[in-house]
Amino acid sequence: MRNVYVLGTGMIKFGRYPEKTVPELGGAAVLLALKDAGVTIKDVEMFACGNLYQSNAMVGQRILQQIGQTGIPVINVSNACATGSTAFREAYMSIAAGMYDIAMAVGVEQMGKQGLLGGTGGGDPAYSTEGKVGSSLMPAVFGQAGVEHMRKYGTKMEHFAKISVKSHKHATKNPYSQYRNEVSLEDVMNARMVGYPNTLYMCCPTGDGAAAAILVSEDKLKQLAGGRKRAKVAASILTSDPWTDRDLTLPDVNTLTQRASKLAYETAGLGPKDIALTELHDCFATAELLHYENLGLCGEGEAGAFIDSGGGVHPDLGGKAPVNVSGGLLSKGHPLGATGVANICEVVWHITQDDRAKERLVPNAKAGQAHVIGLGSACTIHILTV
Amino acid sequence: MAEQAQATDTGPRPIVPWLKLAPKPHLEGIKCACGAIYLDPKRVACSKCGEAGKFSPITLSDKGKVYVFSVVHQSFPGVKTPYVTAIVDLPEGISVRANLVDVDFAQAQKEPNKVFNMPVELVTSVTAKDREGHDVVAFSYRPSKN
Ligand SMILES: [Zn+2]
Repeated sequence: MRNVYVLGTGMIKFGRYPEKTVPELGGAAVLLALKDAGVTIKDVEMFACGNLYQSNAMVGQRILQQIGQTGIPVINVSNACATGSTAFREAYMSIAAGMYDIAMAVGVEQMGKQGLLGGTGGGDPAYSTEGKVGSSLMPAVFGQAGVEHMRKYGTKMEHFAKISVKSHKHATKNPYSQYRNEVSLEDVMNARMVGYPNTLYMCCPTGDGAAAAILVSEDKLKQLAGGRKRAKVAASILTSDPWTDRDLTLPDVNTLTQRASKLAYETAGLGPKDIALTELHDCFATAELLHYENLGLCGEGEAGAFIDSGGGVHPDLGGKAPVNVSGGLLSKGHPLGATGVANICEVVWHITQDDRAKERLVPNAKAGQAHVIGLGSACTIHILTV
Repeated sequence: MAEQAQATDTGPRPIVPWLKLAPKPHLEGIKCACGAIYLDPKRVACSKCGEAGKFSPITLSDKGKVYVFSVVHQSFPGVKTPYVTAIVDLPEGISVRANLVDVDFAQAQKEPNKVFNMPVELVTSVTAKDREGHDVVAFSYRPSKN
């Protein structure tokens, strides 16, 4: 396999764009990435487009109709919340395998007013099991996953709430984040309950967004980078759910990430201590706490103590092993297809000291990881290094 | 349709095929030769071992213990909230998703430790009428009476 580098990145501010179309949002991010890379669409040899809600509508080709139809192969990717990061991985693989030298990935989603409840709400109302025979809604699934940690390790609701406080504080330094307001522990604890133990501020909001990346081989990097610092893709991992005892009832949000993390560290030849920052899938505050352990940022059962001792907090705020310095999905919002590429962009910006992260730069960051899970199931982890 | 054999022309119908109403309400699963148990009888093969056609029916206990829970306060339009949703472990080695009834949601949120491991038993109730006017019966679990 060949080395692959991220030559350019682009992201639009996450938010509400009811007057735009999905191809317009994706096209805007692609143009920013092309400009950042110093290439044009005519240089791009392959294009992977991640989008979920219009996955039957050839979104990638429609983006090219906006910005330049050059006849290159286009792959439309759909993989739950890991849609964007899977598109990135497709572009990565096409170069690693030696097939192309410049590939492009975009993640784009327009959520509109759609919620993140998930589950099955349709069909015959008489036979809908939702609320009658338990719940498969996302707030219930991630609520139960958090409650499982409370049961096993004595974790308190306050531990989950602290994560929300931390990530909202981080978001105040990120102009790409949809929400940039701080919240206090009291605000979070007293907010409307959505699915115990997650209150409103512990659930990510929806939103529209797009992010893109231009990937290149080592040879192309030498021709094009012009001495600028670029991130190397040190690991690109994708997993699906292994069988577990409670398979049918409690989707295991841990095993997916644990396996992906082990593979990612092995592939990159790095350990958790080498990772300067982590952007992880905090669709709910309970999920973030579980992933501290799943990604090896602390030991099993220690996530509560980790957050109590400043774990996950930006070093500028006195913390260590910073997680979601972008503000995370809890503040940025979660445009499903865009999330994965956006997480990668954030990590790239820190380790290359890009101006787009200058307000919140993690000092001396040489390696970082971007993690996304999609229930159903998919997990991606990308480790990026300089 | 073999699944509907137990429903008479006018009688109540179970909300899911693994709920059997006679002779008294109970859950029936299928067990693979490897030991894995599933609720849905329409499965083509075992997701644990990959074998097809090694299933036999298994009657599941009407008693279990609460593994974890959440309290759902926000759901789809028309779904009444709040309710306590739980995962109940049965002695046969399978977990079941269901609601808990006769458990106060506010108390559960305040003292989750009192819910973990709680012995519970299966109960049924009519939750809706289908288009032909049959009662649709769902199951849930309540704290064990004995
Ligand atoms: Zn089997």
